[in-house]
Amino acid sequence: MINWIWFLLLAGGILLAAHSGDAASVTSAILGAAADAVTLVIGLLGLIAFWAGLMEIAEKSGLTQLLARLLRPITSRLFPDVPPQHPAMGAIIMSMSANILGIGNAATPLGIRAMEKLDELNRDPGTATDAMCTFAVVTTSSLTVIPITVIALRAAAGSADPTRIIGPTLAASGVSTVTAVIADWAWRRWTAARR
Amino acid sequence: MIINIMEGISRWAVPALVLGIPLWGLVRGVRVYEAFVEGAKHGLASAVRITPYLIAMFVAIRVFRAAGGMDLLLKAITPFTNMLGIPPEVVPMGIIRPLSGSGALGMLGELLHTYGPDSLVGMTASTIQGSTETTLYVLTVYFGAVGITRSRHALPIGLWSDLAGFLAAVLVCRRLF
Repeated sequence: MINWIWFLLLAGGILLAAHSGDAASVTSAILGAAADAVTLVIGLLGLIAFWAGLMEIAEKSGLTQLLARLLRPITSRLFPDVPPQHPAMGAIIMSMSANILGIGNAATPLGIRAMEKLDELNRDPGTATDAMCTFAVVTTSSLTVIPITVIALRAAAGSADPTRIIGPTLAASGVSTVTAVIADWAWRRWTAARR
Repeated sequence: MIINIMEGISRWAVPALVLGIPLWGLVRGVRVYEAFVEGAKHGLASAVRITPYLIAMFVAIRVFRAAGGMDLLLKAITPFTNMLGIPPEVVPMGIIRPLSGSGALGMLGELLHTYGPDSLVGMTASTIQGSTETTLYVLTVYFGAVGITRSRHALPIGLWSDLAGFLAAVLVCRRLF
């Protein structure tokens, strides 16, 4: 599916530009976007490396396993294929906590860490496992308690009550997360039944 | 009160972890500096592995937007959103949200400026931004870091839950404000 979206975005854009005779905008978009992607990675390098270092300490000291034990009742139901003592479980929980707390930038390196640990359990390199899909889907549905960036943006725009959207946001992101978990569970049941 | 506590958690979670984890490591007899460097080396490599995936996505999205494809897409979709009672102003943001987090945030800023942060449009857009994710970016980065090219049902379900969050945000805000 990513293959098609990627191709259709490119082909659609280029065909539209050809139709309006504006080839220059396509070229400058390509040049600018490619450079921006690299700039973004350079900005990410330090933080990702830092968090990976910190998480190495956490893992070596048994902290992630400790957290995993506390949250096992929930995560063992969400990830039945991941052994409860495997480092992947701890990494998943750390990443989920960062997401729920709204640490934002910190959540990405934590999530990559979890994916790497999950990939150690992958017997078919290049293809996502059930656990990887569940983790990705739960992460992208993002149960949000405090959307701090949005609140800051609202305050800057002169809102009389910037934090008023916390309740609605919690409710809507709860709906999104529950939807993701149910859909993922149903999909797994469906494919398992066909196998 | 609760908001202060939650804000405090968001603000202090990172410093607390940066202090707490090495401290806990020392208590447990871990050689924290060596462990950190070893992990950071690993993290650096995984960050570099993301680059080609990001370049691919950035270029495709930017080309589509630069050629006016996004505007065309909107024009096609607006009649349906009107039927569902969705404020048309928030539709562009809802479409761009799974593709580009910074793009959606920019659009939110524009909407708050144009319609006011406390208007129905402003409230709905704020709630949408907080309750959905940059699904395509997250999947690109997460699967890219471990070299996964076949993401199976992750993308359709990720987008489906974004749609659920979007519609829930519209409904809740229409009921409340």
